[in-house]
Amino acid sequence: MAVINIEINGKKISKEVPDNILLSDFLRERLTLTGTHVGCDTSQCGACVVHLNGNSVKSCTTLVADCDGAKITTIEGLASNGKMHPVQEAFKKHHGLQCGFCTPGMVMSAVDLLEKKKNPSEQEIRDWLEGNICRCTGYQGIVAAVKDAASKM
Amino acid sequence: MANLIGARIERKEDKKFLTGKGRYTADINLANQTYAYFVRSPHARAKITKLDHSKAMKAPGVIDIFTGDCVVKDKIGGLICGWKIVSQDGKDMKCPPHPVLAKDSVNFVGDHVAVVVAETLEQAKNAAELVNVSYKLQKAVTRTEEATKFENIHEGIDNNLSFDFLLGDKGKTEEAFSKADKIVKLDLVNNRLIPNAMEPRAAIGDYNTSSDELTLYTASQNPHLDRLIMSAFNAVHPEHKFRIVAPDVGGGFGSKINVYAEDVVVAYASKKIGRPVKWVAERSESFMSDNHGRDHVTHAELAMTNDGKITGLKVDTIANLGAYSLVLAAVTPTYLYAPLVLGIYDIPVACCTVKGVYTNTAPTDAYRGAGRPEATYVIERIVTQAAKEMGMDQAEFRKKNFIKKFPHQQCLVHNIDSGDYDAHLDKAIELADYKNFENRRSQSAKKGKLRGIGFSTYFEACGVAPSAVVMSIGAGVGLWESAEIRFNPTGNVSVFTGTHSHGQSHETTFAQIVGDKLGVAIENIDIVHGDTDKGPFGMGTYGSRSLTVGGTAIVKACDKIIAKGKKVAAKMLEGKPEDIDFKGGEFILKNSNKKKTIGEIAFACYLPGTFGDVKSPLPEGVEPGLIETSFFDPSNFSFPSGTHICEVEVDEETGETKLVKYTVVDDFGTVINPLVVEGQVHGGVAQGVGQALYENAHYDESGQLTSASYMDYTMPRADNFPQITLDYTCTPATSNPIGAKGCGEAGTIAAPAAVMNAVIDAVGSDVSMPATAEKVWKVLKKNGSKKAAA
Repeated sequence: MAVINIEINGKKISKEVPDNILLSDFLRERLTLTGTHVGCDTSQCGACVVHLNGNSVKSCTTLVADCDGAKITTIEGLASNGKMHPVQEAFKKHHGLQCGFCTPGMVMSAVDLLEKKKNPSEQEIRDWLEGNICRCTGYQGIVAAVKDAASKM
Repeated sequence: MANLIGARIERKEDKKFLTGKGRYTADINLANQTYAYFVRSPHARAKITKLDHSKAMKAPGVIDIFTGDCVVKDKIGGLICGWKIVSQDGKDMKCPPHPVLAKDSVNFVGDHVAVVVAETLEQAKNAAELVNVSYKLQKAVTRTEEATKFENIHEGIDNNLSFDFLLGDKGKTEEAFSKADKIVKLDLVNNRLIPNAMEPRAAIGDYNTSSDELTLYTASQNPHLDRLIMSAFNAVHPEHKFRIVAPDVGGGFGSKINVYAEDVVVAYASKKIGRPVKWVAERSESFMSDNHGRDHVTHAELAMTNDGKITGLKVDTIANLGAYSLVLAAVTPTYLYAPLVLGIYDIPVACCTVKGVYTNTAPTDAYRGAGRPEATYVIERIVTQAAKEMGMDQAEFRKKNFIKKFPHQQCLVHNIDSGDYDAHLDKAIELADYKNFENRRSQSAKKGKLRGIGFSTYFEACGVAPSAVVMSIGAGVGLWESAEIRFNPTGNVSVFTGTHSHGQSHETTFAQIVGDKLGVAIENIDIVHGDTDKGPFGMGTYGSRSLTVGGTAIVKACDKIIAKGKKVAAKMLEGKPEDIDFKGGEFILKNSNKKKTIGEIAFACYLPGTFGDVKSPLPEGVEPGLIETSFFDPSNFSFPSGTHICEVEVDEETGETKLVKYTVVDDFGTVINPLVVEGQVHGGVAQGVGQALYENAHYDESGQLTSASYMDYTMPRADNFPQITLDYTCTPATSNPIGAKGCGEAGTIAAPAAVMNAVIDAVGSDVSMPATAEKVWKVLKKNGSKKAAA
């Protein structure tokens, strides 16, 4: 067991956690932040992506014990004052989601890309999102959404 | 509110998903909940000689362990085949017993043997390792074409043959072939796929010991059907005390139609222990135990005249059912496949045989398109081959043989009500700039790439389905759909549909239909689905049926609302019902300026009297309230069609195929929301491209699934695609008042043939699916490519 102090979606918390608990399980089971999804067990699908100190990470292969002192943002923390983030808005506008299961991870990955690169090309967007699997959209609406959001951020 | 039909409206359901508020089964946690973990067979085929769980029962946190003996003792029924096929000799198909927990034998890797229920998931998993199962291993068969020559894997099912199905006239077809000027022959393999909805399956059984009510939360495309099957066949709980809730469902693609062993077992276990029991699949469990799709081996022959007119078609297919027969396992490779092998060509005579065989692999069932992608792959590959052998342009060859007049009775089953096949082919050729393809091919060659072009002019039969027709050919249920419109006293509307969205956008598109019909703002319309306690019995979502069948039930319920509203309005406006017009949400008395909004009428229906300012006495004989229900049974299937044109570049050195240009023109009849339809087509194409280039479920000789993770099963990803160009033509369906034909599966149906025709055009010889770099490289090398040999 370890005591960790972390900031999640702007809220500071201190909790005692088992050494082996994964960030995805911690968020979902202990904090009921079920927006972060688990779609595989090999760190391949990207449904669990959150931001750890400003970088997108797969929370299904991140140990909470390693996150002491970290700032974490999940999909629940992306909108501010009830207003959706430009990437969230753009996903809605361009039908970048259907069943919604991959969406939280996809959005968190896309936000990280746009925070790191102002106006990515279509190929750069597609390459960046290679670690997020979507089974519904064929990615076309997603890529259009990321492009559009880039112009608004 | 008018003109909502055809409007590009952003989705109502998006905000919850985008802000992490979606609620899938795995997100639900109940008070006093326990966790289930399944002990599965590690062997493809074995006898269970002993099962000892005494040690596991003593492990920390274990509440109970259930085995095959328990379900037999408690008379829990096995899983069923819901649509039974009759063989050509008139005998019923053969179905082996399919217990929810195996007692005597296991038949594929992942087969369910026992379930451990514990206080925590970790405890359940740890205890499962202590369940000691002794197996006597037996030789397994996994390959489709070897099944009939292998020893019987199920007692009493000779040659592992479930059915030997025939559609069409063999004699007449042989006669056409004997008179043919030219015969084209083709051998095809349709690869085995794993649906891979991104939400793994999950189920929570919750038995209420006080009320004797059982609730099952499950990721399902059809909760009412689940309840029916689990009550009538699995004998889990009586239907009237049984509620099934399918909350947000994260994709299905057919894999969430079946009642699975896990659904039955967690519901049963919850009753046994009197506490909620939760199970969530790990992805490796999904790979092993979700229904798989496709897996055909086919020989096809096309007869023609010297000038390229098709005179007959023969198709012989072996379809791999896997270890057992699931709900739609038998209909998928027969009635959903065989009639469709004709494609959109005017073929005077044809026959198709299908042998359904059992093997020691995961059971197969409907996967997006279900039978129709397989059929389209056969006809579109052989037609392309025929054009090539005739030295004809592939577009011209197709046009020469297209059905031109509608309605058209095909020689096998379907009567196609409407279509214009030249129109979508011409439009696609224009959009794809077909005339300049050879220039692009030369340009690619300069870069060292082999460029190819492929066509797929598909049709499908969807909008399943006329009940009388499907029940006459073995369906265990009719395939009508229900809807209920409940006007609330304050004027907003709850719409209950028996279909269920698992990504299809019903909360938006169905609200558009109701808004358009009733003149209510879509913000004030709530689409309710996925809960057997809320709306009327419904059949669920699959086979591109939700709009054509479920949407029509909604339209008909709206019509009943309007009819009642006219009577009430007539009383309030002091006219006759036949003098009331309804338009844009208002009931208007003809030749007057007197009118009432539909909100006022709804209010009146709930306050039928006079009190103070409220003056709304109902006419005599009219009941209070404004709720109408409708059940719609379609008169025919619907027949979307379209043209896909694909261009690929193959790297001669590596064999890697890159999709460089993709054009689609679809005829879906009436489109409700183009934004949503585009998404369905893009996603469908991506799955079809996945089948053609990347995806393959592979079992080794011993029956181990060697593609059971995303490391080994290649899913299409964002960097695999160019922008897809999409357009429409429109010939409305005549089998439903909306004129819609269905769009959910079209992309997946058409794409594999388009992509493979392009790959084969580039490479110059046959390649099987998936056309992986390794496979293509080997073909190039065999063909003598110096670059590939390097």
